[in-house]
Amino acid sequence: MKLKEKSKTLKRAAYVAFPHSVPILAGYGFLGLAYGILMSVSGFSPFFTFMMSLIVFGGSTQIVAVELLTAAFAPLHSFIITFVLCARHIFYGISMLEKYKGLGLKKLYMIYGMVDETFSINYSANPPDNVDRGWFMFFITAFNHIYWIIGSTVGALFGTMINFNTEGIDFVMTSMFTVIFIEQWRKDKSHFSALTGLAVCGICLTVFGKDNFIIPSMVAILIILTVAKPYLEKKMEVTYDEL
Amino acid sequence: MMSFKHQLITVALIILATAIMRFLPFVLFPDNKPTPRFIHYLGVVLPAAVFGLLMVYALKGVNVLDGSHGIPELIGIAVTAGVHLWKKQMLLSISAGTICYMLLVQFVF
Repeated sequence: MKLKEKSKTLKRAAYVAFPHSVPILAGYGFLGLAYGILMSVSGFSPFFTFMMSLIVFGGSTQIVAVELLTAAFAPLHSFIITFVLCARHIFYGISMLEKYKGLGLKKLYMIYGMVDETFSINYSANPPDNVDRGWFMFFITAFNHIYWIIGSTVGALFGTMINFNTEGIDFVMTSMFTVIFIEQWRKDKSHFSALTGLAVCGICLTVFGKDNFIIPSMVAILIILTVAKPYLEKKMEVTYDEL
Repeated sequence: MMSFKHQLITVALIILATAIMRFLPFVLFPDNKPTPRFIHYLGVVLPAAVFGLLMVYALKGVNVLDGSHGIPELIGIAVTAGVHLWKKQMLLSISAGTICYMLLVQFVF
């Protein structure tokens, strides 16, 4: 009976999670395809592409990895480049500490698979009360992972045969981030942090260029939010009582 | 092109760097220990800034001085936001914005 209960919980979580993952199906379908094509053009087998998407699972990391793998062997350089590229995940982790609390073993996979889009959905989505939130977030992670693997493998296998004009479809990600930004904006009691994020990143992008702006942006955001703590704590009504 | 062995080492290092960044906060602040107040504060206020960062990140390739000057992106975002504020249906807003953007870059700009 207990097993039946569990499978019911899982099914309901998967069923509720799926619609939330549909924009990613479109976005990763296309980006994965483009990545798969890039990999075959660069001389990698479809199996290698499949393994990269399965194990590395990170869009921007994998695209940079194509460059790293086709250049001269430079292990330290590769490590540092990836490290810097993934720095923003530190912020995702800090934001998800509470929501991922007490989720057991599946949490390991959910942290491993927390890409930009998965973090955005898992942080902002509000599944109904009768749905297990932990499993909901697990399925978002897994669905997105599967879309990415399928997209890139199909791209590696058949990419050159596709001739439907898909130009601009990658905008689905920008569109999704816009919606999530708006949703967060409506929830926030103060827009200080959101405006800081936009302004700081916009300035850093202009000053440091598109390949180097993330780290300076993160440092500036941290400094500003630290300085503003006494003010923001009150405005955002941060409570510490459960600690 | 490097040898297969060197490729494997490179991939292993890429995986290691990715995993360190993703796991670090959860290793430093585990479930069974109280999270420091400052980290808890960041967990509440950071997401809004991070979503701002992600918007800029998604638009980082846009050049306002050249090409289409970021006009299709601006229209795409405006349509997404407009439809979202009007209907509050996530999938509808995203589809409308994306289709509008695709039509713009394929036929207008």
